[in-house]
Amino acid sequence: MTWSDTIYLLPEIVISIGASLLLLAPVTIFRGRSRAAKWVTLAILAITAISVVVASQLVVDLDQTQTFAAMFALDKFAIFFKLLFIITIAMLVLLSEDYLRGTRYSEWEYYSLLAFALCGMMFMASGVHLVAIYIGLELMSLSSYILAGYFKNEQKSTEAAMKYFILGTVSSAILLYGISLIYGVTGSMNLLRIADAMSTLVTNDALMFGIMLLGAGLCFKIAAVPFHVWTPDVYEGAPTPITAFLSTASKAAAFAIFARIFYVGLHHFRLDWQYVLATIAALSMILGNLAAITQDSVKRMIAYSSIGHAGYVLLGIIAVSEIGLNGILVYSVVYLFATLGIWAVVLMLAKHEYAGEMVDDFDGLHRRAPLWAFAMVVFLLSLGGIPPTAGFIGKYFLFAAAVKSGFGWLAIVAVLMSAVSMFFYFRIVMAMYLRDGGEAEVVTTGGLKFVAAVCLVVTLLLGILPTPLVDEAARSGKWVATRAAALTNGR
Amino acid sequence: MGILNIITYIPLAGAVLILLMSRNATRGIRMVATATAVIDFIVSLYLWQNFDRAGTGAKLFQFRETYEWIPSLGVKYDFGIDGIAMLLVLLTTFFGIIAVVSSYTAITFREKEYYTLLLMLQTGMIGTFCALDFFLFYVFWEIMLVPMYFIIGIWGGSRRLYAAIKFFLYTLAGSVLMLLSILALYFFNDGGIPFLNIKGLGNEATFSVLQFHEIGHLIPPTLQFWLFAGFFFGFAIKVPMFPFHTWLPDAHTEAPTAGSIILAAVLLKMGTYGFVRFALPILPSGTKEWLIPLVILSLIGIIYGALVTLVQKDMKKLIAYSSVSHLGFVMLGMFALNPMGIRGSVLQMINHGISTGALFLLVGIIYERRHSRLIADYGGLAKQMPMFAALFLIAALSSMGLPALNGFIGEFTILLGVANSQAYGTIAYAVIAAVGIVLGAAYLLWLYQRVFWGPLDNPANATLKDLNLREFGLVFALVILMVWIGIYPKPLFDVLEKPVDYVVRKVEPAYFDKQPMTYPSTPAPAEHDEVAAK
Repeated sequence: MTWSDTIYLLPEIVISIGASLLLLAPVTIFRGRSRAAKWVTLAILAITAISVVVASQLVVDLDQTQTFAAMFALDKFAIFFKLLFIITIAMLVLLSEDYLRGTRYSEWEYYSLLAFALCGMMFMASGVHLVAIYIGLELMSLSSYILAGYFKNEQKSTEAAMKYFILGTVSSAILLYGISLIYGVTGSMNLLRIADAMSTLVTNDALMFGIMLLGAGLCFKIAAVPFHVWTPDVYEGAPTPITAFLSTASKAAAFAIFARIFYVGLHHFRLDWQYVLATIAALSMILGNLAAITQDSVKRMIAYSSIGHAGYVLLGIIAVSEIGLNGILVYSVVYLFATLGIWAVVLMLAKHEYAGEMVDDFDGLHRRAPLWAFAMVVFLLSLGGIPPTAGFIGKYFLFAAAVKSGFGWLAIVAVLMSAVSMFFYFRIVMAMYLRDGGEAEVVTTGGLKFVAAVCLVVTLLLGILPTPLVDEAARSGKWVATRAAALTNGR
Repeated sequence: MGILNIITYIPLAGAVLILLMSRNATRGIRMVATATAVIDFIVSLYLWQNFDRAGTGAKLFQFRETYEWIPSLGVKYDFGIDGIAMLLVLLTTFFGIIAVVSSYTAITFREKEYYTLLLMLQTGMIGTFCALDFFLFYVFWEIMLVPMYFIIGIWGGSRRLYAAIKFFLYTLAGSVLMLLSILALYFFNDGGIPFLNIKGLGNEATFSVLQFHEIGHLIPPTLQFWLFAGFFFGFAIKVPMFPFHTWLPDAHTEAPTAGSIILAAVLLKMGTYGFVRFALPILPSGTKEWLIPLVILSLIGIIYGALVTLVQKDMKKLIAYSSVSHLGFVMLGMFALNPMGIRGSVLQMINHGISTGALFLLVGIIYERRHSRLIADYGGLAKQMPMFAALFLIAALSSMGLPALNGFIGEFTILLGVANSQAYGTIAYAVIAAVGIVLGAAYLLWLYQRVFWGPLDNPANATLKDLNLREFGLVFALVILMVWIGIYPKPLFDVLEKPVDYVVRKVEPAYFDKQPMTYPSTPAPAEHDEVAAK
């Protein structure tokens, strides 16, 4: 490692400094000017995004190099996710602004925590070493525990934070124990070295136990059955923008490390873990989608449906193929935009109260806000995977990956459950278009409108012309996928 | 941009135009919707004029337009039609006009959204018939669901919410299973599925339907069996075949008149079209393995559908159940796997669209006046509404297959095909199906008797007005088609000859080597001659 290697870390350095500045700002230059918080945060995020691009241009051989004692890689896979995270956090800032205003909680600290979480997620995307990944994960998790309980005088919020914190730390401990076992057997924590060491090993109990614990820890983070129990309560209790954060950025980051660890590090024993993960995926899809049917709270409904979506993404991991990896990347994007759009519309109804949280609050929305009701339909169709929305392209890849890898039964479960999911997504559509009444006031602000409009355009555009996303995902996943393919041939 | 794209997107353009109009300009909205539908129909007549009826081989699918869409997946934007698709496109554009015009008085609120959705549905339906790329086909296939869901759910009857979501979920569940079959086909053509020891052909990745037609016979029988299962769920639910028909009576009964018309005339044909375009030619051995269950389900559909129809008290439900029976005929003819059966089957798709569409239109007209669909509320209408009664009679007779009307030609050809079928090898099926025809006559004549004859004893009926000019024009246009097809079906058979031969060549190549059993003595005679000889 030399000083010039710090260029790899440029984005993380920028965002760390930015996050610290956000903490200092309200007591120094921006004293008493809380309206500036949003713009300062957005400016920091923009600089971070630019620094990602700059770093990616300056690093010569993106896909080969690892640095900092083989802990950190700035490959295209990482860049793809970093940019995605920055965009998501920027939109979350726009979503949060009006929700926070009028409460007595500081906006600066809130944005600072989001920025720290972003820093953690960016580390996760780049981590090629279990410790680096773990540290990134913890940075993200700790920030989100605080954020979930940010409304510290609201009982629901505090309860959610407590549950999330306790279960989260336990799962982190499990993850760490799994890492230590894998280190004990393979003698390394770098994913490539783990893969090399494993290729000479036969199945042994300590290793299997380690993989199992690691998988369990990760499944907690993506909220897959049977490690999903925290999700509905936390999603319901957390402030709505934080629910949006948990269901989008935080999940996508977990998918990224899940894919990297299992595609590269644990690739050799894929025949052992594929079936376990297939079972988890099937259970997640079935339970998540069936349980969502009976929910009357939109937040809980989306929570259960996000459990189902974790199951879909697992299809891409189980497949261990290029198409599966492309599926994870494409799906992360389309899922993120559709979900953010949904939260934007929910927040239009919310405005400090709990309105917009019940399906009934959507009654007759098409009269009060025709455009946003239409946008909501598009987002829900996208989550359900109905063309011509982007969600179909995402599901196409994941289903294709399952068929291609021979998990036909899993693909059948997946498609049937995605049909079931339309039942509860359409409860909202039904409320909006087929019923009248509903008093919840619609308050559209610039930020919410902007986010909803961006999500709407992206969701429709990527559904009709998916080529740019598909090609970009293929390029970004290449290193991970070719590495996996090389390992397959080596076995 | 070629003719097929123009026909497909004219309705969408009209929908966008309506979206830009004011909510309160209902007259203007109706005008635009009508103009769009009429222009679309007139433009689609260009297809009929310029279709090369003798086109075979590479010229079978005409008006081709191919563009790259998602190159990295091999997905193309590929449009083209053969005779079968052309007839269905024409049927769609024609019923587009009927649906719009019949809604003038039936739809009294949220007109702007209504006509927008109706026109969007139109685009989806035409696109589905034109698509020659499986990915594109699937996209259009699913696009249709959403407008129809809203049409039933917003403007439907009292149980509309239930009917709409049931329609949506049934169809969606079937079509996602079909998607899996499409994916498996795609991988078979490309690299295979190593995990299951299925060797692929190593061709360039593509979703081209024509390419799948070429490689169909290379697919191993076990895989064909499962692929057919996927297609079966997708298409059989749409047809609908017994026992997947339960969404149909609900959707039909609750949908507004135009919704029922479109559903009967076009949407149900998606399923049968799917079988004849995809399942049969791509999966010959799968088709044969599934033949017996399919035939049994078709026969159950014919008989059970007819029996259930007999006991219905609601006119719309009665006609809905009669569709189950009629579509059973279509399926039975198709699986005879000979040109006669399939030709009859395709023709019967058109006929069923016309006859049942007309019946739904007529029931809708009387419902608008009386707000009741119960047969018991009527009686003696022939005295009060003679014109209505006369047209209803023609539509009913056409539906039950009276000679000189369209239904007879279709049913007769199907029975001929079924009786001669090598695949079936027995005339028992034809005999059972014939019983269905008798039952069909029974329920329709009984319906007619109860509604139109007898004393006009319900005072509410004594003030009913007969058809006005608009309504008369709509029904009469359909009656002209019924008579035309009934007396001179040759133009339709001409269009169907080559495409049907193509399908038979794919699914049952042996047919063209062997002569049929006994009668008719020459293969593939022109049916209208026999009809005339009768």
